[in-house]
Amino acid sequence: MEIKIFKNFFKKIFVSLFKNKREIKLGFYGPPNAGKTSLANRICKDFTGQEIGTVSKVPHETRNVQFKEKVEIKYKGKTLMFKMIDTPGIATKIDYEDFLKYNMKKKDAKERAKEATQGVIESIKWLDDMDVVVIVLDATENPYNQVNITIIGNLIARKIPLLIVGNKIDLKKADIKKIESAFPEYDVVGVSAKNGENFEEFYESVFKLSKHI
Amino acid sequence: MAKTGEKKLGKIKGFSIQFLPYSEIRDLDSNERIRKILGIVLGNNILFLQGKLKAEEEARLIGDTMAMIGHVKDFKGIELAVIGGNGERGIIDRMRGEIIKVLSKGDLGAMTIIGPATIVKEIKRNPRKIELLLSK
Repeated sequence: MEIKIFKNFFKKIFVSLFKNKREIKLGFYGPPNAGKTSLANRICKDFTGQEIGTVSKVPHETRNVQFKEKVEIKYKGKTLMFKMIDTPGIATKIDYEDFLKYNMKKKDAKERAKEATQGVIESIKWLDDMDVVVIVLDATENPYNQVNITIIGNLIARKIPLLIVGNKIDLKKADIKKIESAFPEYDVVGVSAKNGENFEEFYESVFKLSKHI
Repeated sequence: MAKTGEKKLGKIKGFSIQFLPYSEIRDLDSNERIRKILGIVLGNNILFLQGKLKAEEEARLIGDTMAMIGHVKDFKGIELAVIGGNGERGIIDRMRGEIIKVLSKGDLGAMTIIGPATIVKEIKRNPRKIELLLSK
């Protein structure tokens, strides 16, 4: 018992001493095609000059967890170091026939579906390793989706701070208020990963979120 | 035979609806709960489960169903929705809910709908209504 108390005490001192020097593991979670990779790409490009992964209109383009280490984000004179973790979109169903609509060959569609199912499993496994999570939602879609609720529930259960981002605000159909009313207990920021709209507010929220670790 | 101009009704594949009271899973561990639920859903049933699973169990259910795609014939995953149980309520209602939750070992104010994706095309929901759209 005493050993545990001492351990926790020194752990707290260690964390507070090196809090600003260590990498904060920032995960991007959400349903497929919400723009997780587009958002991560924009941040990585802004601060490292390199992108994290490829984007596509075909769902489940990201089928493996992708990283970018030592991403130093500077905002209003403050600097934080992040490890960016872009995860495959979480879905409850995957049908290879859906990919055929994108002029994909049957064999390729089947392979993509197989990899996508593995990607979902990988995303779920990685939940335990995150320090903070940005949930990326497509602001033109209905936010009352069980996948979103399940991801949030799992982050709460693991006491991982989260921020909800409504992406694609450059589109007419985007409705940030709908996301806010669906998740009134959380910070919701509307952005456009495509054209960089409202990133100031996004970075401010990420910095605020990182204080809760 | 449908007459010209009349709307054709699509062919709905065989399925049944099964209701599972929470008492049936209350004393099961997470593995057993998921196994029981998958057993029902894989039998082409739409399951109405009284209460809801823990968040970790929901994630586990999604992971397990993903692992089955490609291994279980014609299985494409599930449609899942949890209704109620976490709506906007006052402090007294919340406290009452928490007490009931502790006594009954589950959130009985909620209802979980789980169906195979081959039968349930979509579960559309908003704060006012929930629609279960079936595949034709």
